[in-house]
Amino acid sequence: MAEDRLSRVFGALADPTRRDIVARLAVADATVGQLAEPYAVSVQAVSKHVKVLEDAGLVTRSRDAQRRPCHLEAEVFDLMTKWIERYRQAAEERFRRLDAILAALPDSESDKQRGEAS
Amino acid sequence: MTTKTTPETRIEADPALPVIRIVREFDAPPEKVFRAFTDPDVFARWLGPDTTSVRLDKWDAVSGGSYRYTMLSGAEEVVTFWGSFHELRSPDRLVQTQSMVGTDDGAVLNTLTFEALPDGCTRLTDLTLADSFEIRDMIIASGMDQGVIAGYLNLDELLAKG
Repeated sequence: MAEDRLSRVFGALADPTRRDIVARLAVADATVGQLAEPYAVSVQAVSKHVKVLEDAGLVTRSRDAQRRPCHLEAEVFDLMTKWIERYRQAAEERFRRLDAILAALPDSESDKQRGEAS
Repeated sequence: MTTKTTPETRIEADPALPVIRIVREFDAPPEKVFRAFTDPDVFARWLGPDTTSVRLDKWDAVSGGSYRYTMLSGAEEVVTFWGSFHELRSPDRLVQTQSMVGTDDGAVLNTLTFEALPDGCTRLTDLTLADSFEIRDMIIASGMDQGVIAGYLNLDELLAKG
């Protein structure tokens, strides 16, 4: 279930236009018409992109019957931020092990061999 | 620990390219840091978390060579990575491909540059290029990285907390 949702999130964000839409909604809510303005595509095409983002749970649309502005679900991006931070922490842990190894490592291959011989 | 560098790892998921960029500085010269990535004895000692050991199944660290290694938790195989050493140019450049056994179409191109800093320090830039944003983001989300084994693919829990 969760992995299905994850696949939809990644699928939705794999498209450059949808990534751009998401970046703009991060600034402010906008209607489909407003979102379509900068693109050389129809409102209908943008509407389809928004639908994909909605299905992935990234975007919601209010019940305001006339405008129905699109709203970015910020917690999904908190999740992405968490993933990046976890990835960073894992890299940092790995590199701290490397720090310790480097501190103890002889300066060159020949030093290492001398060290082993003695 | 005193250090001449700012060792904290920086990471960037490029918004315009399916790239992960990791930058880290080390209090050792480029020759030594390069060796830590290519000498099998040294590499196997720092890669995995403390709870994990690394078994080198194949290690031919020359330009055009290849590698394969398996992360072990006790006797249990956790994950196997393999790929090509495309270019080794000590001390400043290492280019390799990498795939994880069991995932299709997920090969990435990994370019490591080792930049000499004053006082015998090194700035490592680790650039991973995937062939789609989807793959890049999945790598980040799953922690599908050489040393990231703890909590591996524990996505349900993460999503639940989301």
